[in-house]
Amino acid sequence: MNPLVAATIPDAVTFAVCAVVVLSGGIGVVTSRNPVHAALSLVMTLFGIAVLFIEQHAYFLAAVQVIVYAGAIVVLFLFVIMFLGVDREENVQSEPLRGQRPLALVLGAISLAGVLALSATANWVTGAHKVAGGLTAGHHTDTFLLGKSIFTTYLWAFEITAALLVIAVVGAVVLARRPSPARDEDASTPVTEPDRGPALGQDGGTAATGGTAPGERGEPGEPVTAPAGATVPGGHEKLEVAR
Amino acid sequence: MLHAAFLMPLFPLAGFVVLLGFGRRIGEPIAGWIGTLAVAGSFVSACVTLAGLANQPSGARTLTCSDSCSSGAGGHAFFTWIPVGALHVKAAILLDPLSMTMCMFVTGVSMLIHLYSVGYMKGDRDFTKFFVYLNAFVFSMLVLVMSSNLLVTFVGWEGVGVCSYWLISFWFHRDSAASAGKKAFIYNRVGDTGFLLAMFLIFSKTGTLTYLSVFAHRHLLAGGGAATAAVLLLFLAATGKSAQIPLFNWLPDAMEGPTPVSALIHAATMVTAGVYLLCRVNPLLGMSPDAMWVIAAIGGATAFVAATVACAQQDIKKALAFSTVSQIGYMVLAVGSGAYVAAIFLMVCHAFYKGLLFLGSGSVIHGLEDEQDMKRMGGLRRLMPWTFVTFLAGWLALAAIPPFSGFWAKGDILTNVYGKTLVLYALGLLTALLTSYYMSRIFFLTFTGRERWSAEAPDGRPPHHPPHEAPWVMRAPLVVLAFFAVFAGAVNLPWVHVGTLGQWLGPVFGNRLFAAHESAGQQIGLSIADGVVALAAVFVAWRVWRRMSDQPALEPAFLQRVWYWDNVYDAAVGRPAQAFARACAVVVDGRLIDGAVNGIGRLVRSTGDGVRRVQTGFVRNYVVGIVLGMAAILVFMLSRTWWS
Amino acid sequence: MSIGPAWYLGLAAVLFALGAIGVMVRRNVLVMFMCIELMLNAANLTFVTFSRVLGDVGGQSLVFFVLVVAAAEVVVGLGVVVAIFRRRAGTTADDLHEMLG
Repeated sequence: MNPLVAATIPDAVTFAVCAVVVLSGGIGVVTSRNPVHAALSLVMTLFGIAVLFIEQHAYFLAAVQVIVYAGAIVVLFLFVIMFLGVDREENVQSEPLRGQRPLALVLGAISLAGVLALSATANWVTGAHKVAGGLTAGHHTDTFLLGKSIFTTYLWAFEITAALLVIAVVGAVVLARRPSPARDEDASTPVTEPDRGPALGQDGGTAATGGTAPGERGEPGEPVTAPAGATVPGGHEKLEVAR
Repeated sequence: MLHAAFLMPLFPLAGFVVLLGFGRRIGEPIAGWIGTLAVAGSFVSACVTLAGLANQPSGARTLTCSDSCSSGAGGHAFFTWIPVGALHVKAAILLDPLSMTMCMFVTGVSMLIHLYSVGYMKGDRDFTKFFVYLNAFVFSMLVLVMSSNLLVTFVGWEGVGVCSYWLISFWFHRDSAASAGKKAFIYNRVGDTGFLLAMFLIFSKTGTLTYLSVFAHRHLLAGGGAATAAVLLLFLAATGKSAQIPLFNWLPDAMEGPTPVSALIHAATMVTAGVYLLCRVNPLLGMSPDAMWVIAAIGGATAFVAATVACAQQDIKKALAFSTVSQIGYMVLAVGSGAYVAAIFLMVCHAFYKGLLFLGSGSVIHGLEDEQDMKRMGGLRRLMPWTFVTFLAGWLALAAIPPFSGFWAKGDILTNVYGKTLVLYALGLLTALLTSYYMSRIFFLTFTGRERWSAEAPDGRPPHHPPHEAPWVMRAPLVVLAFFAVFAGAVNLPWVHVGTLGQWLGPVFGNRLFAAHESAGQQIGLSIADGVVALAAVFVAWRVWRRMSDQPALEPAFLQRVWYWDNVYDAAVGRPAQAFARACAVVVDGRLIDGAVNGIGRLVRSTGDGVRRVQTGFVRNYVVGIVLGMAAILVFMLSRTWWS
Repeated sequence: MSIGPAWYLGLAAVLFALGAIGVMVRRNVLVMFMCIELMLNAANLTFVTFSRVLGDVGGQSLVFFVLVVAAAEVVVGLGVVVAIFRRRAGTTADDLHEMLG
């Protein structure tokens, strides 16, 4: 087993301070009325965690934590908070759902007690063979070892997460896209399709619903066929032309 | 010679199959001739087999397949039907004088009745179907009579029951015919439980169902009243099939079927199957005197009751039906007294004269355009001479006027019963008086007196056209049967001891045959008593019924309604059964079963209703659910570490 | 005196419980999301602790991946939040309860 670096007073103090920081940040997130305050408390927690990572000799991860988590994710949170209205404060006092608070506290307490009791009494370490490699094999840094394990043992996971990120980006773009102006009008009023043939009257057949995904709208040259439930007087001729 | 025996049931089976497949195309009347020829072939085979059997020495006339012989062409069995464990049932033949006698008169009378039906059913739209059923019936009856074990007998038993049902309700669009068919079948079914239980009992005690093996091992049935139980159970089946008390009510209703059916099934063949069964298992009867007393008592009682009822009937066929019940009562009385030969003798004679009487009544009905009420007949002597003469022969035979066949047969029975017990003899003699009376009444009402059919009936029914004599296809069987009705007594005259039926059947019954040791003087005295009683009754009937047709005092409702027997059954069995069925339908089926099923549905729905409240739609509640699950798992893991 | 892993694990457990309570109690969607991030961080801390105890770099690589996935999750999740709450500012998680049984 890896001999721990002999921890001295500085270690203990560091840990104590970081623990306080982390916990107060957590409490801040849970109890802040203002969401911006909550975001900032989250940043505090993340920094504390990063220092604890350093304490555990996971330098690279600490750096990544600060850069990605605190630097990107929380910023993203703040963007969205700004976007959606920053001055809305949640009424923390009231709780509309019956029994939610007591239940939450009780369950949280039970989970905490359970985890602590388990870690204290249970013997969970199986002594299994290291999969990814030792942490102090030779003089390599943790970055080296981490990189080596990612690009060799966990290469497949790495590629998948890369794909996941791409998908996430695409998904976010699609989800958050503002609807185009024409579709806005469609969604609000029933209109006749301008793509229909001239023999069809403007007799107010209901258009395709506004809920269709943007990609479906108006493929060039092809008349949009009416949905099955369209109620149109004199339906026969319309259907024939539409075909 | 045994190959001819195999042919006996196969001819009517072939006729059945051919008519079933092609009957409709063949059409009337060729289909009728095919059916008749099939049974004629069967009769010829029977004659050949009889000749062969008679050639054997007297002690070696039992031909069958023993339990260890093989089936196939060389052996005496068609095939092994059930080889399961200890139960070994072959479809095999038992050929001995008893079964040979039965086969002879079954095929002979059936042949004549098939011929008669070609004329009687002419013009009926279901002509070919009739012959399909008739051939099936003859096949089943032969299976019943020729089988070597109880199970195959039961197959034939059920077969004749089914064919009887089909034939009784032949004109099924008539409600009364359909109900009569059902009634017959259900009464027979009640009796069949007796047959089944007897088979179970016999098999459990002796381990076999083949007749000869059962008889060889019958000492195994000796203890604990098993033999009595088996015999009484078989007798229950016989009362169902042969229409004795308590299961006789179906036979009068069965007259709804066409008259040839009544003649064949309900006079000559099927109703004798019960008596045949009892004669077949006579070794078992011999082991149980108590059962034989019961059988004799019931036979005597049935004969008496049916005779009283027959005195008051207006429908000619119903009167003859009750007469059948009464005559079979005599046969059962004889069986119960151990006089098996006398019973078979009466059975043979009865087949001839009762068949004749039914066919004759059919001729009258046919001639009078389906009129069956005797009060509207009369004076047919001149218009239907052939029918008149043959019916006269049948009348005299049934009334036991000497020297016709019925006199010798009934005398034989009464002589034996006299040797057994006086009470039953007195009952039998009284019944003989009534028999002669009612039969004479039927004869005089139908053929003598005024021609009541030519006038309008008191209740407004229109008069009939003058009746015509039957065509030759119907007359020929009448003549043949009349001949036998007159002369059949010759096979067992009391003073002849060689070449008689008794000598022929003796080996079958051995020492179980009751030997009434009466002196010659006693026998002559008894015969004279019989004759006097019969003639006196004829005279009384002649005085009363020759001119007058309406004597309400002599036809009380009590007798017309069969001593209210049907009403008693209805009240005691019918209505409680219906009430029970109704209760089952409403309570058990409606409330319990449907309630349970619907209740499960309701339970599921209410459970669903309750459970769906978990889905509040609030995400935070779902998070609570997740954390709850997590806490539960943690607690579980803790419990495992602490208690393992 | 060496800081044993038990302290780190205890801290992680408390942080996790805090995060869980926060998700259940808060109504603002973004704050709920942040509480979920708290829980993820607690798990990361636990992984790193065990990686140090066992001398296995697999724990750290797992933290790496958790970080990546958490980022992707936040992206998509906030995209959904934006899509839903764009028009109705100030709505809370409790206002989206149409999918009830």
